[in-house]
Amino acid sequence: MKIVVAVKRVIDANVKVRVKADGTGVETANVKMAMNPFCEIAVEEALRIKEAGGADEVVIVSAGPQGATETIRTALAMGADRGVHVLTDAPLEPLAVAKLLKAVIDKEQPGLVILGKQAIDDDCNQTGQMLAALLGWAQATFASKVEISGESATVTREIDGGLEKVAVKLPAVVTTDLRLNEPRYASLPNIMKAKKKPIEAVAPDALGVDIAPRLTVLKVEEPPKRQAGVKVESAAELVAKLHDAGVI
Amino acid sequence: MTVLIVAEHDNSALSPATLATVTAAKQLSEKGAGELHLLIAGSGAQAAAEMAAKIPGIAKVKLADAPQFASPLAEDVAALVVALAPDYSHVLTPATTYGKNLLPRAAALMDSQQISDAIAIVAADTFVRPTYAGNALATVQSKDAIKFLTVRGTAFEKAVPGDGSAPIEAVAAPAATALATHQGAEISKSERPELTAAKIIVSGGRGMQSGENFVMIEEIADKLGAAVGASRAAVDAGFKPNDFQVGQTGKIVAPELYIAVGISGAIQHLAGMKDSKTIVAINKDEEAPMFQVADYGIVGDLFKVLPELSAELDKIKK
Repeated sequence: MKIVVAVKRVIDANVKVRVKADGTGVETANVKMAMNPFCEIAVEEALRIKEAGGADEVVIVSAGPQGATETIRTALAMGADRGVHVLTDAPLEPLAVAKLLKAVIDKEQPGLVILGKQAIDDDCNQTGQMLAALLGWAQATFASKVEISGESATVTREIDGGLEKVAVKLPAVVTTDLRLNEPRYASLPNIMKAKKKPIEAVAPDALGVDIAPRLTVLKVEEPPKRQAGVKVESAAELVAKLHDAGVI
Repeated sequence: MTVLIVAEHDNSALSPATLATVTAAKQLSEKGAGELHLLIAGSGAQAAAEMAAKIPGIAKVKLADAPQFASPLAEDVAALVVALAPDYSHVLTPATTYGKNLLPRAAALMDSQQISDAIAIVAADTFVRPTYAGNALATVQSKDAIKFLTVRGTAFEKAVPGDGSAPIEAVAAPAATALATHQGAEISKSERPELTAAKIIVSGGRGMQSGENFVMIEEIADKLGAAVGASRAAVDAGFKPNDFQVGQTGKIVAPELYIAVGISGAIQHLAGMKDSKTIVAINKDEEAPMFQVADYGIVGDLFKVLPELSAELDKIKK
């Protein structure tokens, strides 16, 4: 079985994001970029399935500007086999990304596709579900455990009330939650090896996909700031203050 | 220009987040959208439909009652939504794990770019949504003919069932897709209020050091009638299960009072609770970012402060 993993390049999770003064977006110039943390978990899961004998090839796909090649390269250094880079500088919405991924997947014919449940930049949580819809496949989102057995996968999902187990027919789309695994670090020899692994670049046009945005961003602003309050000395003082304020 | 609300429910009642979604839908109506219809996909869900019918402002309840909706799967509910969607200008559902799983599937099938986590309705085609863990609020305008939105429950008041009397209309469920099957669930049972519906929440973080120590949090929560929450660090460490997690990718809460115990205040956690009305931080590190958003802070050892807090709460009860 072949596994396709989609990854996204985002502003590093540890960077404090700043809204641009002109309200058109957030500052991305000279900001550290990294693979979306949920995508790292997706890559790790695919590698573990392969290492357990459940897959023979892991293909990484990313859509975005030139820099996304680095993100694909990171996944190759973790152990994936090759990459496909849908190269475009245009802003991409989840529906457009799902269409691009579908076009790549139609060609690759994998038995399983794994994505992060959400990107920490736009926080949309849509692409995996949309991709499953366009492919007409089952979806198992917010996975905290994935077990492959023959023609199906049993997936434990993190839901608001607790955990849910679903069995999905393969091929299927899985999106990862935080507790699925802990991604490995790439070793230096593997980073060197990854430089020689192939990454194929394709243009959205060549895939026949219209990526024109459907949403117009009218403005981007900072949320109202909370004022820091007061420090109190004791539990007694805290309870008195909360009581006086009518909170308890 | 009619609005469809896809309800989240347990067959007997609508979820609190669905009631908040109804309020968002009413605002759409006030800004030019048409009447509100509410869809219930369930099995034996007459009671939930009757509850919905009593909400003032709901013009029609559509009830798809079928065995495949006993434990609804996104594949099957999306097929139902897609069958109905052409009659609507907007399709809304709460931004809970149920809605987040379902709606993008339906939106993609209708070739529409969903708006996730709407926190304000500016106009019938313009919405505000948080990005970057709530650190940037984007106002976006949709060009799609049918607009799909998930709604953040904490951003809107909950609609109250009252003297409404909307007709309940049966709709046929499309054939089950058989792409996936439900194999069971482990739902946390608790006497305490549900996190997203609680007026008071007491949350613990890595500073609690173990799952056993959460007893101290639970004791205080019970004295306040509060829900118990946890930071991602506490959940990752196995102190509490996933459904306790408050944060960017966990639950978004906005109670009257949020007490953060041993939680440093990472951006990802703040994203889930900074809209709480009053915030209390208890942490031994006075540099903890949580103090920057807290109304009241105690710098101290939580293992000393919590027993004192518990004793003080007993005093005011008397």
